[in-house]
Amino acid sequence: MSEWLYQLENLTKEYGGRRVLQVDNLQVRRGEVLAVVGPSGAGKSTLLRLLNFLEPPSDGCIRFLDLQVTADRPAPLAYRRRVTMVFQRPVLLDRSVGANIRYGLQIRGCRNEDHELVAVLDLVRLRDVVHQPARTLSGGEAQRVALARAIVLRPDVLLLDEPTANLDPYNVGLIESILRNLNREFGTTLVLVTHNVFQARRLADRVALLLEGRIVEVADVEAFFQAPQDPRTAAFVRGEMVY
Amino acid sequence: MPPAGARRHQAGKWRGHVPDETRRSTIDEIWNGLTEAFRRLGTLDPALVEIVLLSFRVSGTALLVSVVLGIPLGAALGLSRFVGRKLVTALIYTGMGFPPVVVGLFVYLLLSQSGPLGRLDSPLIPDLFTPGAMVVAQIILSLPLVAGFTMAAVLGVDPELRQQVQSLGATRVQAAWTVLAEARSGVVVSVIAGFGSIISEVGAVMMVGGNIEHRTRVLTTAIVLETRKGNFDLALALGFILLALTFLTNVAMLWLQGRSLDR
Repeated sequence: MSEWLYQLENLTKEYGGRRVLQVDNLQVRRGEVLAVVGPSGAGKSTLLRLLNFLEPPSDGCIRFLDLQVTADRPAPLAYRRRVTMVFQRPVLLDRSVGANIRYGLQIRGCRNEDHELVAVLDLVRLRDVVHQPARTLSGGEAQRVALARAIVLRPDVLLLDEPTANLDPYNVGLIESILRNLNREFGTTLVLVTHNVFQARRLADRVALLLEGRIVEVADVEAFFQAPQDPRTAAFVRGEMVY
Repeated sequence: MPPAGARRHQAGKWRGHVPDETRRSTIDEIWNGLTEAFRRLGTLDPALVEIVLLSFRVSGTALLVSVVLGIPLGAALGLSRFVGRKLVTALIYTGMGFPPVVVGLFVYLLLSQSGPLGRLDSPLIPDLFTPGAMVVAQIILSLPLVAGFTMAAVLGVDPELRQQVQSLGATRVQAAWTVLAEARSGVVVSVIAGFGSIISEVGAVMMVGGNIEHRTRVLTTAIVLETRKGNFDLALALGFILLALTFLTNVAMLWLQGRSLDR
């Protein structure tokens, strides 16, 4: 098994001729927590959509395991299903909490998923509301359902797009501890997009700064915060405007 | 109570001044209509059963075709972006307001012996003054309603949902199906609207069906006929039966709508 799970080479993404992402080289290690920080509009969410194979790159290549994804070679379903994402604003199905969490298993044709469901419900502390309609949940509970419906699939990679923005400290703490456990116990690789440098510092093994669609610096978490190589990273870490 | 038709109004009689007795008798008419409706339903009056069955056969078949074609069409329009989508949408919305009598005229001209379709003499094309012709006209009336309301319902689903379920591993088809399931309340409304528009419609079925006894007489055309003949009891009875059956059909559809997708 290789050390790298993802290798991005000369990757670009354009929308209507406007280049929003240009990553010359980026790797995601197997089992690590990689935080991608940067101001809004830097291309962080676009990067996640590409890593989730929801959109093809405009140019360049994403290597994932033994797969090569390019503009005209999309990822097959089996690979796509090894990666899943938790979005900043979860959109749940108008069904019960339990049915929402089972959704991903159902579309994979899994049956007898009750055992996994119970385990995941305990993990996100939603056992009491399993039969409740998802639309009646609070913001924090809804995000935990979104996390649960992703975790229950046991993905190789979990992508997180600002998963705790706008949540209260209790939910932030709970979600962060779930993520930490997931990474330690199951070795799930996490790619976390956040504009919160404190969260990146709490969770990440490595941090990447994305600015105007380009990777400015990637470093281990200590080096990134203590001894940034790029002046723009230093400014971002200090909380100054870098653009 | 007197037999039906024994106490006829003189339709066409000058009624500029309505005396009090006549006003009172209008209430009686409604009452008589109700009792007449129950009597005919209770005895399963064969003439009535025939008319009711044909009404539901014609409108039911038209609705079935409209649903089979209209729901996928509406869903596709709601989910995809292509050049000309606005034009197709405008056409469908126009179709949602088609006057039945104009559609009737249009189908009449198409299917008549000298019309472009009637001339073909193909077994696939129904003759004028048959239930088949009525079905064709009613499909034209209900299809835009089913497709239009389904499209609106699908457009009402959070556009982020599709990406999020695809991220959970849904294929394109599974994601589209999930969006349609989320829009299910609106989809049921589309079916109810499509059904309501054709079961209650008289212009088109009268034009292309001709209201022929035992062949193309449906509830609405029978009501028109009995009213013209002055058989208000019977016309009202048919009206109540139409309302009651439509109500029951809608209750059944709403029951389907209310059924949860949770296991």
